[in-house]
Amino acid sequence: MIAHDERRVIPTPFHSRVAAACELNQWEDWKGYTTASAFTDVALEYFAIRNTCGIFDLTPMIKYRVAGPDAGAYLNRLVTRNISKQSVGQVMYCCWCNDAGQVLDDGTLFKFDENTYRICSQERHMDWFLASAMGFDVQIEDETGRVAALAFQGPTSCAVLRKMGFQGIENLKPYRFTSFPFKGDELMISRTGFTGDLGYELWCDPMFAETLWDALMEAGRNYGILPFGAEALGMTRIEAGFIQAGVDFVPALDVVRTQRSRSPYELGLGWLVHLKKANFNGRKSLIAEKEKGSRYRFVRLIIEGNKPAEHAFIFNRRNKAVGTVTTAGWSPTTKSNLAFASLEMPWGLESDELYAEIYYIRELKWTRVMERCRVVTDAFFDPERRHATPAWDF
Amino acid sequence: MTDTFDAVVIGAGHNGLVCAAYLAKRGRRVLIAEAADSVGGASITREFADGYSVSGCAHLLYQFHPEIARDLNLAKHGLVLAGKNLATIALATDGRYRRFSGEVVTGNGLTQHDISEFSAFNGQMTRYAKLLAKVAGRRPPKLVESDWSDKLNLARIGLDIRRLGRDEVRELLRIGAINLFDVLHDRFTDELLKGALSVDGVLGAHMGPRSPNTVLGYLYRHLGDAFGLSGPAIPEGGMGSVTSALAAAARSSGVEIRTGTPVARIICVAGRTSGVMFDSGETIETGLVISNADPKTTFEELVGFPELESGFSRRVHNIRARGTAAKLHLALDGMPEFSGIDAIDSGARLLVAPDLAYVERAFDPAKYGQYSEAPIMEITIPSVHDKTLAPDGKHVLSAVVQYAPYELKAGWDESRTSFQTVIVDTLSQYAPGIRDLITASEVLTPRDIEQQFRIRGGHWHHCELSLDQFMMMRPAFGATQYTTPIDGLYLCGAGAHPGGGVMGLAGRNAANEIIKREKSR
Repeated sequence: MIAHDERRVIPTPFHSRVAAACELNQWEDWKGYTTASAFTDVALEYFAIRNTCGIFDLTPMIKYRVAGPDAGAYLNRLVTRNISKQSVGQVMYCCWCNDAGQVLDDGTLFKFDENTYRICSQERHMDWFLASAMGFDVQIEDETGRVAALAFQGPTSCAVLRKMGFQGIENLKPYRFTSFPFKGDELMISRTGFTGDLGYELWCDPMFAETLWDALMEAGRNYGILPFGAEALGMTRIEAGFIQAGVDFVPALDVVRTQRSRSPYELGLGWLVHLKKANFNGRKSLIAEKEKGSRYRFVRLIIEGNKPAEHAFIFNRRNKAVGTVTTAGWSPTTKSNLAFASLEMPWGLESDELYAEIYYIRELKWTRVMERCRVVTDAFFDPERRHATPAWDF
Repeated sequence: MTDTFDAVVIGAGHNGLVCAAYLAKRGRRVLIAEAADSVGGASITREFADGYSVSGCAHLLYQFHPEIARDLNLAKHGLVLAGKNLATIALATDGRYRRFSGEVVTGNGLTQHDISEFSAFNGQMTRYAKLLAKVAGRRPPKLVESDWSDKLNLARIGLDIRRLGRDEVRELLRIGAINLFDVLHDRFTDELLKGALSVDGVLGAHMGPRSPNTVLGYLYRHLGDAFGLSGPAIPEGGMGSVTSALAAAARSSGVEIRTGTPVARIICVAGRTSGVMFDSGETIETGLVISNADPKTTFEELVGFPELESGFSRRVHNIRARGTAAKLHLALDGMPEFSGIDAIDSGARLLVAPDLAYVERAFDPAKYGQYSEAPIMEITIPSVHDKTLAPDGKHVLSAVVQYAPYELKAGWDESRTSFQTVIVDTLSQYAPGIRDLITASEVLTPRDIEQQFRIRGGHWHHCELSLDQFMMMRPAFGATQYTTPIDGLYLCGAGAHPGGGVMGLAGRNAANEIIKREKSR
């Protein structure tokens, strides 16, 4: 249940603290919640994530609780990945498709016990999730407003959590979660995040949200803690190589033009598709696509120069447009100009000679440049500290 | 397991029998598993009172396809028609009547305009019904897939429409998707006549004459006209003898029929069927399963939504299949007298639908989960034609009564008696002495029909017959052309194209399609 509020965009449980810290007073509407775009300085916030630690109000991320004797079977039919081996306390990254094998969204799946899960995503899916529940003994509940969530990311994040008294947190492996007693309640901590760095996500009752924020800020005082907004997060997500619904693809239930949706293979999510598991949504279409070939290839590009290639056309050697950039930005850590792009097949191999057509304006003068692009297959930024367990101490 | 079968057909209704017989004639070894203790599905005869038998669900043979009767040699297998090309008579309480036979309508007080207009109307509807019959006899073409036979079929339909001529095409386009109320109102003045004609558009449907799709319903009911018939027929021994003749024909081609063998589920592994499991736990392995059960039963219960995809499951869930017709069976001590008609006409198809507004008003409560206080009826007294159904000098009456919505707000258990009183009261207005002749009676509500004939929703077309659930959209996207999302599983019942009625085309078309597809696999 979302609390009734007369405003159309409502505050999160952290709002009092976020508002106090938001020196720039830059706000945006994220799924009906008031969230900060930036607090102090985007570059400063970004470097906090990469060099020290930062906290980010994650509450508006859509969260569903899936519970019941058939919860596991239900989810395994819903998502393309085989989740039958998911263990309790494990988080799995998944995507889910319609019957035509077109992606509706991607997200993370938390397993609390054999019959209880949480699935987190960018978009709302209640209608699809309920339609998918016919024939299963499951209850699905939108718990977005009932769980306050913070992303706590950066090299010193583990040290801060240890300082707060969460003994053994350093032993938590990536994509695992656990719970700690906290101020008479319970705090769930998962080693997950959208930044591609060492980091955690913290989940609690909204009643304790402010207490949690204060405790983190207090404990992180000497660890360079800084609140960060959506802009800094966006910079880290490109470096980490994470795609986002509504930005890098249009969710299949939202497209008006049928050709505009994308399959998992066309988003670089083929590794999330397990065609050999039992029936799941999109299975037949994805088998057919696997045989016939995909229409598009999703690539990571390093573009020469430093002009952001936002929405640029990608051309091949013969000057034929073969695709477009979906997300682009400068990466301060790798010192390179990065982009995600959706290209028509067969383009996008590492050997392809591709160019981005970039327009930029300087003092009211538009300039067009054709910059050489290089396709990279690995993540742009994937530090060892992100994976190391026990987590490194900084 | 000793027996092996090329195919298992679920349900020995007429379409299941037809499909199995055609497959067997083409050399397939077929098993039909029927849940009930006898074959027939909704085309059965049964004793409902000591010595009195009646057609249990469908009670008239409107449009059984003559080609199928010929192909399967049903006459040799025992099908005899006790009455055929029956006239339809609209009843009134004041001695008026309207008698329809072929293109001729007669009646006391009928104007010359209506008489000649009916002949023109009937001719036009027959031409449209012939077009519909051509569509019904073939696999419905898909529109967007580039299959050459679909394209050819579409071209044929286009050509058939063109052949109607400019004026007829224009009129078909004008009335095709509107409602029968307006069409009848445009053409006729006589209320009794209009009321009676409107029944053919709404029979069995959750629709009143003012509902869209009722022109389609009318044409569908008059498919028999396109087959060269001029009215419904009554088989000797009731509708059960149609299906027993079909069963005999199927058996003679080598089909094995097991009755009293309910299928618990269709076994699916990774999107392909590998056989069926009976309630008993016994399984039959086969790569080809053909369901004569309605689509909701087939997909939701026998396959199970978890074996299907969410979008398709939702479409199946949303199929409109609300039965709204009840069935009345009466054992009568003698021949009832109907106001205005001669005893000789008591064997005709009798209608209680005194005017258009009456029919629409009868439908109104059904929208709100209530039954009609003044229902419409289609009455037959088959014992006039067939002495085997009742003891000497006695009779049975079978009537379709509308509207009786499947989802009755007050609950059918609580309302059955009061509804029966309403029906008999209504009937008594048209046949004043009938009450004293009743020695036994039975009312089947859509709930009963659902339970006794295993049709989800109790709708005799399995899925409402309407343009959005017709041809390549029947029963739902993803399950057209008799195929399903499960490889090796096909549909052959009323829920598939062209629809219900004891016609057999769904079964025959399915068999043709299965042979074609399984060959190319």
